[in-house]
Amino acid sequence: MADIKTKLLVIGAGPGGYVCAIRAGQLGVDTVIVDPQAHGGTCLNVGCIPSKALIHAADEFYRMTHASSGPLGISLGRPEIDLGKTVAWKDGIVERLNNGVAGLLKKAKVRSIRGSAHFVDGKTVTVSGDDEEHTIRAENIVIATGSSPIELPFLPFGKTILSSTDALSLSEVPKALAVVGGGYIGLEIGSAFAKLGSQVTVVEAADRILPLYDSALTKPVAKHLSTLGVSVMLNTKAENYADGVLHTDRGDVSAENVLVTVGRRPNLDTVGVDELMLSMNGPFIDVNDACQTSMRGIYAIGDVTGEPMLAHRAMAQGEMVAERIAGHKVSWDKRCIPAVCFTDPEIVSCGLLPHEVKDAKVGEFPFAANGRAMTTEREDGFVRVVARASDDAVVGIQAVGVGVSELSAAFSLAIEMGATLADIGATIHAHPTQSEGLQEAALRALGKALHI
Amino acid sequence: MGIHTIRLPDVGEGIAEAELVEWHVSIGDQIEEDDVVAAVMTDKAAVEVPSAVAGKVVWLGGEIGDLIAVGAKLIQLEVAGDGNDSLADVVTAAEATVDDADEPATSPTPVAENEEAKQTAPKPVASKRPMTTRVSGAKPLAAPSVRARAREEGVDLRSVPGTGPAGRISHQDLSDFIESGGATPVAPGAHVKNNSVKEVKVIGMRRKIAEKMSLSKSRIPHITIVEEIDMTELEELRLALNKKHAGARPKLTLLPFLMRAIVEAVREQPELNARFDDDAGVIHQYGAVNIGIATQTDNGLNVTVVQHAEAANLWQNAQRVSDLADAARAGTIRLEDLTGGTITITSLGAMGAIATTPIINHPEVAIVGVNKMQIRPMWDGQQFQPCKMMNISCSFDHRVIDGWDAAVFVQKLKTLLESPAMLFVES
Repeated sequence: MADIKTKLLVIGAGPGGYVCAIRAGQLGVDTVIVDPQAHGGTCLNVGCIPSKALIHAADEFYRMTHASSGPLGISLGRPEIDLGKTVAWKDGIVERLNNGVAGLLKKAKVRSIRGSAHFVDGKTVTVSGDDEEHTIRAENIVIATGSSPIELPFLPFGKTILSSTDALSLSEVPKALAVVGGGYIGLEIGSAFAKLGSQVTVVEAADRILPLYDSALTKPVAKHLSTLGVSVMLNTKAENYADGVLHTDRGDVSAENVLVTVGRRPNLDTVGVDELMLSMNGPFIDVNDACQTSMRGIYAIGDVTGEPMLAHRAMAQGEMVAERIAGHKVSWDKRCIPAVCFTDPEIVSCGLLPHEVKDAKVGEFPFAANGRAMTTEREDGFVRVVARASDDAVVGIQAVGVGVSELSAAFSLAIEMGATLADIGATIHAHPTQSEGLQEAALRALGKALHI
Repeated sequence: MGIHTIRLPDVGEGIAEAELVEWHVSIGDQIEEDDVVAAVMTDKAAVEVPSAVAGKVVWLGGEIGDLIAVGAKLIQLEVAGDGNDSLADVVTAAEATVDDADEPATSPTPVAENEEAKQTAPKPVASKRPMTTRVSGAKPLAAPSVRARAREEGVDLRSVPGTGPAGRISHQDLSDFIESGGATPVAPGAHVKNNSVKEVKVIGMRRKIAEKMSLSKSRIPHITIVEEIDMTELEELRLALNKKHAGARPKLTLLPFLMRAIVEAVREQPELNARFDDDAGVIHQYGAVNIGIATQTDNGLNVTVVQHAEAANLWQNAQRVSDLADAARAGTIRLEDLTGGTITITSLGAMGAIATTPIINHPEVAIVGVNKMQIRPMWDGQQFQPCKMMNISCSFDHRVIDGWDAAVFVQKLKTLLESPAMLFVES
């Protein structure tokens, strides 16, 4: 047993936790970070990075598979994929990033402890690790324990019933995959497996996929799912799985595996957060605009604080909390948190949707009129700018299209800087790029579009 | 659905207009019949205006501080049925070339349906708004670096005018705001210059007080006499009476005794219980002794008037002073209880200092100021005695009251208060 006293203890080394610890360390705060798993949390180990690796591999495979039937004059033999090798490649990336985070923590003089933390009281945490146990007393504690996939009682995770984590480590492509849940995780992974050759069926209880976005944004995705051969069963409830068949209230679906992606729940019980009697906001820890919980000196960041459960939100919160503990005057005053669906095509949404603004002035520019989109054989999708009609201040930007995730920085930057339609319209956008769609959408909202 | 217009009612005393001092409702509010919608200030008191109907507020007829004529449109409600009017135009007075308040609505959308347009006064339609106008309720537009700097320097960006498009605040705007004294950088524990200037509009009761004080001071040449009074005997009497009638009668403060003394004093000097109409060159001497009691309220100084103090006993006057003060502080005072004074008492109670310079309540000619009572050593010819001493500071209109008469009046008060039996013997 080793006793440690520190200024800051961060529980959880996911994107929120490790960023908080690194920033605190950089600011000279004596910091300890604890996690039973490798650095990087869900995002790095079993979430964002692995899924994007799989999606990339699937895209490449799909492109090669269909190259001969395309208009580019390219002929290829029949490609094959060794998913085990793909997963090993993905694991290599994850390992590099794990080591990278560990190196950054070390450089910031943060002490990392591998083990499971459990609260003794609001200032004390015990850590059970592989080698020894620690009692850590900290002036400030940050709860950054993230979230886990929700399991359906009638579809318990196991050999054939997969969580998103399981799906990213399959060694073989399932011939038929049923995806329960038409949210972004299910559609991202489902699309990837469809491109790898699986017969994918999405079972969604609601009347549309991606219900958080408006139908204009999701329509191109729904259309392309069809092109990929993905069946989508809407208004359908999964019931149980037996003998290679997923039973639903609207018929049976043959499936070698069932991927359940119906949401995520905060990881609180294993850490003993309940015993602190913190104020809660539903299943999540209630925090103020400085990520302070109801107990002095206890902060919470990331997925445990609720929606949107996005790594970059957790990172921003982590950075803010570290600066606050270091004595800086900071609080959460972000204007938008960009959200990206890495579906095919991708969806980006920053700020407000048109129906969320009372006096909205909306400009939309289709990629069908964008030269760069034409040269990539994908003209589906559009860029949309939402502004206040009263003063043209841009309060929301969305896009759907191939590769638009990379436009998200421009979108959030424009909103965060307080840009107006005229500002975006007056900014030179490189040609030929899809980002020209942003400028054109702004000009169109002003009634001055040039290319449509 | 129709539009019901409530106009400013006649608030009494032949008042032609009143100042809007408070809105009790906002655009979009659903109100019931008899709900108070606004408060207006007359020359004397705040008057609440109730709604005669139930409905949804769609138009407010002014901003706090505006003067509204009796009979002018005050508020409009969307009501079930036809209503009694059409929706007021949303064009501001500055844009209108004629008074078009009686014209029907030009906008098909009521102002209330626009969340961001919730405000106490009608605004121009959105498309006419200048680019620098900030959208009500929206976060100020500013780059993250500007926001961070504002936080560091303790500046609320909502107070900073933005010169950029859509009212965006630049670093220069922030610098200008700080340099102009709008905010002061705050270093923990440091002593820093504070150049801030807060503008507080003088409206409502405070404006009336200011006007009244200016009138009194500019037109009345004051003479003030300060005298010290041994209150020992009167205090003993007061305590004895309170003890004797504890619970059965109103508690006696000093005021009813002083009122009694004034009633007795002006009996011999009626020229002090008077109002001077200097425009007409006439002094009105009154048989009634209507004593104004200056009362501190949350909204400022209020002078309640005890009518016919000469016709009431100590306890009756005590009760009336107490009732009027309660009503004034609660804002329920009636206009008639604030008018018709012939002489005034002003008191700061325990805070009353050694001497004050009371300002006469125009057009009266005298005012009696009560200072703090305290035990002081007084020489009785052989030794010092501890006495309960109190100064009174009395001002007189020197145009019509000579110094000699003023001094006689003060000495009369002194005699009556120092020998309280005289208060009753002489009556």
